[in-house]
Amino acid sequence: MVLHYNPIDGYISMLKGFGLFIKQRTFSAKELAYALAFATPYMLTALTFAVGMRAGLFNIGAEGQVYIGGAAAAWIAGHVALPTGFHVFAVTIIAMFAGALWALIPALLKIRRGVHEVISAIMLNWIAYYLVMYLAIYNLSGKYAHITAEALPTARYPVISGNLTAVIFIALAVCIAVYIFLWRLYPGYELRLVGDNPDAARYAGISISRAILLSFIIGGLAAGLAGASLAIRPVNWGFNATLSDFAGYGFVGIGVALVGRNHPIGIIPSAIFFGGLANSARYLQSDLGVSSELVGGIQGVIIIAMALPLLVLLFARLRRKAE
Amino acid sequence: MAIARIHIPRRVLIFTICLVAIIVLFYLLEHVGISTKEVVRGALFVMTPLALAAVGECINEKAGLVNIGLEGIFLLTAIFGVYGAVRLGSGVAGLLVGSLVGASIGFIFGIMSVYGRANQVVAGMGINVFGEGMLFFLMMTIWHATSYEVRPEFMVSQISTPLGLLSPIIFVAIAIAILLHVILHRTFLGIKIRAAGEKPEAVDVAGKRVDRIRIFTCILGGALAGLGGAFFSLGWLGTVVKDISAGRGYIALACVVFAGLEPLFALAAAFIFGFVEALASTVGIMPAAHAFPFLGYLLLMVPYIVPLVVVAIFIGRRPFPKASGRPYIRE
Repeated sequence: MVLHYNPIDGYISMLKGFGLFIKQRTFSAKELAYALAFATPYMLTALTFAVGMRAGLFNIGAEGQVYIGGAAAAWIAGHVALPTGFHVFAVTIIAMFAGALWALIPALLKIRRGVHEVISAIMLNWIAYYLVMYLAIYNLSGKYAHITAEALPTARYPVISGNLTAVIFIALAVCIAVYIFLWRLYPGYELRLVGDNPDAARYAGISISRAILLSFIIGGLAAGLAGASLAIRPVNWGFNATLSDFAGYGFVGIGVALVGRNHPIGIIPSAIFFGGLANSARYLQSDLGVSSELVGGIQGVIIIAMALPLLVLLFARLRRKAE
Repeated sequence: MAIARIHIPRRVLIFTICLVAIIVLFYLLEHVGISTKEVVRGALFVMTPLALAAVGECINEKAGLVNIGLEGIFLLTAIFGVYGAVRLGSGVAGLLVGSLVGASIGFIFGIMSVYGRANQVVAGMGINVFGEGMLFFLMMTIWHATSYEVRPEFMVSQISTPLGLLSPIIFVAIAIAILLHVILHRTFLGIKIRAAGEKPEAVDVAGKRVDRIRIFTCILGGALAGLGGAFFSLGWLGTVVKDISAGRGYIALACVVFAGLEPLFALAAAFIFGFVEALASTVGIMPAAHAFPFLGYLLLMVPYIVPLVVVAIFIGRRPFPKASGRPYIRE
């Protein structure tokens, strides 16, 4: 089984995902907008994992929180009539709270019963999957049985280009807010100390449970917003009952967070990189005839590679040299 | 009035209660017109890949490595198994190719975790994302189609039993679970495996290699998951499609948690989840089920809700080895 593709052609096609058309010597802002539309939820799910890692937790529950947040957003946007202006705001807030509520379950299980967050996250991701699938078909569907009701015009985020909406600015603001919280505020300092050295934190009288709870809630808020950004956008302004609009964003977010070295600001360029990669899938298919799903494989290889601490150390050393 | 106190071991009590519950359930099912024979047959098919992967993962976690990439191994070996079967012209050879691919994924994971000190949760998640992407990519590359029908001559032939046609792999899976239980609890190798997870320093001091034990269990776990993955396409469904394992790699992890890392309990858990799934699909096509659509979805959630509740309640027993998930670093 030999793959007859020229790797250089592959890279040229991948750059198209970022809007750079090398051979045509043009730049397409529209393509970049598509890449950024992918990057928006990646940024937020990466934030979920990163804030968990900062508190010493493996919060891989973003996937389920995205589903729940998206379902909440679709419900408020498509089935509840609210005044203009307030509606978008309500959709965003409710979706974030729904994500945080779902994140509260592993948090409480961890604090009260000592259940490892990886176990509870895996289980809750799938419970959310079937729950949201049920809700989408029987409670949220609109004109078509397999797609949730279109968001009412008052609930839609302003469209920038293609399927990129203004929600990206909220996502960027959330990243910056989390950065300020972690590095400029005292509870954020406590959270990081619990992750870096739990023993020292305990001696200093810091409540470890509170830090864990905070990190899960922040992660849930971010993942819930990711769900809203995926559910409320063109073309459907709703989500498919197979959850194909949501699937995978939570898991790829792990890779995005690791490439961004679990830093809320580092995540932003990393998410744009992953977004461009995801967007280039169409060009891989049309230019080379390679199945677009190859991008999933590439993302998997990146995540596996980022699991190695030695590799991460190497990157850190290179960066230090560059400085 | 004195009542003679008879000491009944807890395990026997639980076993008896389960047995009675199953008999009552069967009676009720026959009463509403569901063939229990068909449900059990379906349950055995669902059980097999779950049990194979879960039993391997039990041993793996006993030795101190947590590989949550079972879903990715399922997906990759489902397609490589079929590819091997078509190339080599026999279903059994395909199963071997599947377990070989699974073993090599386990080997890479083991090398990364033991020598590279990789973050095992992240690496496992990466295997899942990789598998999901690669399955479809490989299908398009090899067959240029989104689904592939395995020709009957390449399938593993089924044998007729009182329950109907069953795959011989089902019995292989049961035998492997029993064998690994014996190895784990009755042999010196089993002691070494358990010690590598519980207290790796002691194994090291005793002059045994912790790294080799852990890599061995990783290969074993990968090979068993690979056999399970190849079983999907070659022994059971007869096709390769995009989401062939449909998240069962995660249910296998649920079985491991539910079983508290005991191979025989993992086998039982796999059967219970298989039974629930087979029942759900039988009940789902009954006309009465359309009145209560939530019931069908609730049954789909059961394999995830039950382990979560069990772990939340019984976590006091702490079934997990102390060094689980942590790389062993010699001082």
